[in-house]
Order: sequence, then structure tokens, then C-alpha cells
Amino acid sequence: MDIGLLLKQLHQGDPRSVARAISLVEDRSEVAAALMMGLQQERFDQALVVGITGPPGAGKSTLTNALVRCLREQEQRVGIIAIDPSSPLTHGALLGDRIRMMDHALDRDVVVRSMATRGRLGGLCAAAGAAIRIMAASGCRILFIETVGVGQSEMDVAFLADVSVMVLAPGFGDDIQAMKAGILEVVDLLVINKADQPGAKKLLLDLGTETANSDRLLQTVASEQQGIAELLTRILSMEEVFRKDAQFMARRKRSRSRETLDRVMELLRDRLRELVREEADNQLEPGAAAAGIVARIMGD
Amino acid sequence: MTQYRVLIAKPGLDGHDRGAKFIARALRDAGFEVIYTGIRRTPDEIAASAVQEDVAAVGLSSMSGAHLRLFPAVLESLAKAGAVDIPVLGGGIIPAEDEQLLLEQGIAAIFTPGTPVEVIINAFTELCQQQHLSR
Ligand SMILES: Nc1nc2c(ncn2[C@@H]2O[C@H](COP(=O)(O)OP(=O)(O)O)[C@@H](O)[C@H]2O)c(=O)[nH]1
Ligand SMILES: [Mg+2]
Repeated sequence: MDIGLLLKQLHQGDPRSVARAISLVEDRSEVAAALMMGLQQERFDQALVVGITGPPGAGKSTLTNALVRCLREQEQRVGIIAIDPSSPLTHGALLGDRIRMMDHALDRDVVVRSMATRGRLGGLCAAAGAAIRIMAASGCRILFIETVGVGQSEMDVAFLADVSVMVLAPGFGDDIQAMKAGILEVVDLLVINKADQPGAKKLLLDLGTETANSDRLLQTVASEQQGIAELLTRILSMEEVFRKDAQFMARRKRSRSRETLDRVMELLRDRLRELVREEADNQLEPGAAAAGIVARIMGD
Repeated sequence: MTQYRVLIAKPGLDGHDRGAKFIARALRDAGFEVIYTGIRRTPDEIAASAVQEDVAAVGLSSMSGAHLRLFPAVLESLAKAGAVDIPVLGGGIIPAEDEQLLLEQGIAAIFTPGTPVEVIINAFTELCQQQHLSR
């Protein structure tokens, strides 16, 4: 594998190179580190990462597709990473988000990648951060990350994104109960999609007056392109505000630390498994065994 | 173990995607990551999606009888996209004489309604392995 050539073609926006680069990281190839270090950082600095999360069926993919349509009218190149869970038993996954995005299938400036979580919890996959960097290096100005997220434990996308959007829709009452308190503490914007459906009013009631009256709540009918231009304007104006003060860089820094921690955990996991397996022969009480292993790693 | 990614697509104008969905689920249950693109896709859309998703194989389903036209058209679109190395498998109601023609034109495997699902999974596994070796 000629990494130099791959990097050159990737920065020119070649679809196959972009896709292959993401696979190399996702499959933990040994050339992944060299590849990631060769990406133009400025392009990532200029890009905006938008997280789209919410329960399955709320309309996240449809909404992303609608936002992309607006952005393509402005001739912006965009990237979409759509993440769905892998089965913990078989490791298989059915990735169907593309179905709602086929309007753009022949548009070379709409880069779509479906990814499975591959055992990572929190809604993201381990390679999500790398995938947005690769897409940004290929010239994408706006990156969307779609994740399935209901409870707080699935909100990791909010750390990775510059602007995060929670999408809810009528008929998801139970999901909302699980996280009603403080949705707006976790995400930047709350979208009530399917506002054309009869349950939309009840959903607002369920959210409580404070959330329902927030200026960070918007209503859309994604399948009809309604409210989408307003949502996009809102996202872009948030970006503008963030970039003016130190917030943007602070968010990126937080996101980088978070991703670093993730990678550390991933690198350690396999090594730790080995150590734990060795330790098992000593038949120690688990707490003592764990303390022993940590002491060994830290070199105390 | 390498996690294989495959694309399952339904070209042509008929809306019968039972077969495509059945195979998509069977492959998922066998541990594949399956990207499903829905019904009525053009060969160019299928090829562009296969490239963007960097899949190791493409599975096509056709129930309308248009397989002799549509399956080779996907091969052509993949070639245009610079992805001749991605194998294409096809399934559906396909008479034996058509099967021979399609294999001659470069379709890697053909499955008909009687094919046991393990045979299909094995064919995908082998072709994905080969595709990864060629990377
Ligand atoms: N009535 C209505 N249906 C919608 C709207 N947005 C999406 N849908 C439909 O909701 C279903 C789920 O949408 P999808 O985007 O796949 O949801 P996701 O699972 O959150 O990505 C699809 O059948 C969409 O056509 C909307 O604004 N109104
Ligand atoms: Mg979706």
C-alpha cells in the first residue's frame, strides 16, 4: 500500500481513496497512524462537525438528507457518517441509512459512509473521529455524524461534534421519558421532526414548558423539506458564534482529549486481556488481581 | 478477524425487495456488515455507493426478469468507477441458461430460490476474502 499516493488522491477528493483510507483506520491497519499523520490539519480546522442523534425512526437520516440538499444548493462539499450498532453476538450489522440519502448517490461531493459500532458503546464507532478527519481532508466543509442515541449514555457524539442536534418525533414517548431532564444540557439544538404528525403537540407538552419554550428548539418536517433551511441557518450561526470567541477551539480540544482517551482504551483493551489471562493462573481475588495488574502497567 | 462489508442492492423498476432483505439479514446474522440501499437503484448509483462504502462484494437481487440487462450493467458501472476488483453476486428468479450467460459475463455467483442460505454465505465469505487479499 502506497500511503503517499493514497494521501495525494484523498486530498484531491478521489472517492475510492477516501473510502479506503477510512477502511484502513476502521480495520486497524498498521499503516493507519502514518495515514492519519499525513492529513492536512487546516482542512479539519475549517470544517464543521454536526452531530445528529436521536431514537431510531425519528427521521435523522431524512433530516440529514434534507440538510445536505440545502448545502448542495450552496455548492458546499459535505460528508456523512451514519453509525448503527453491531450485534454483540454475531458482530454483524444492517446499515440502512443510505436508503434515505440516495438523492445524492451520484453526487461526488456528497461523501457517505455507513459504519457499525463494532463493540464500542456510546453510539459512536472507534473510527468515527478518524473518518471525519479523512473526509474533511478530502475537502468536505460540513461533516454530519448520525448516531442512534436515546439515553445519556449514548450521547458521545455530543463530544465529537462542534454542534450537536437531538432529533425527536411524535410517538417516541418512552424514549423521551428516559432523558427528558436536561436534553438541552447535553445537545445544542433540539429538533421536533415529523411536526406534520398529530402527536407533535403532545410531544411538546411531554418535554415540559422550559424545554418547549427554549429558543434552541426547532420544528421540522424533514420529508417535506420544511424548517430545514431555518435549522441549517441556526447551525451555521452557532458555528459563527463559536468561532468568534475561544469556544470553538475549546470544544475541539475537549473532543480531541476524549478521542485520545478512547484510543488509549482501545489500545489497552487487548493488552489488558492478555495480562488478565496470565493473572488468572494466580487465582487471586479479582480486586487484588486488578490492583496488581495496574501497578505492573504503571511501573510502581 | 476481518469484518467484511458488503452492499446489497436492488436494481430495476420492480419493488419486490423480499429477497434482497432476506439475504441482507442472513448476511448480518452471519457476521457481515451489510449496507442496504433500498429498491429501484440504477447501476451507476449502486457502483458509486459500493465505492464510497469500500465494500468487498456487491449482492444484487432481481425478480423482474431484467437480470440479463441489469447485472452486467452494474459490472460496467463498477468498471467505470475504477472498481473492477469488487465481485458482484446475483440472486433471483434466473433460468439456468441465463445463469451461464451471466457467469460468462463476469458475475461471480448466481443464486436461485432453491439455493441453501449457507451456500450463499459461503460464496460471499470466499469472495470477500479474495477481495481483501487484493487490497
Ligand atoms: N410524516 C413524516 N415522516 C417522516 C418525516 N421525516 C422522516 N419521516 C419518515 O420516518 C421514517 C424514518 O426516517 P429515518 O430518516 O430513516 O429515521 P432515522 O432512523 O432516525 O434515521 C421514514 O419512513 C421517513 O420517511 C417527517 O418529517 N414527517
Ligand atoms: Mg437513520
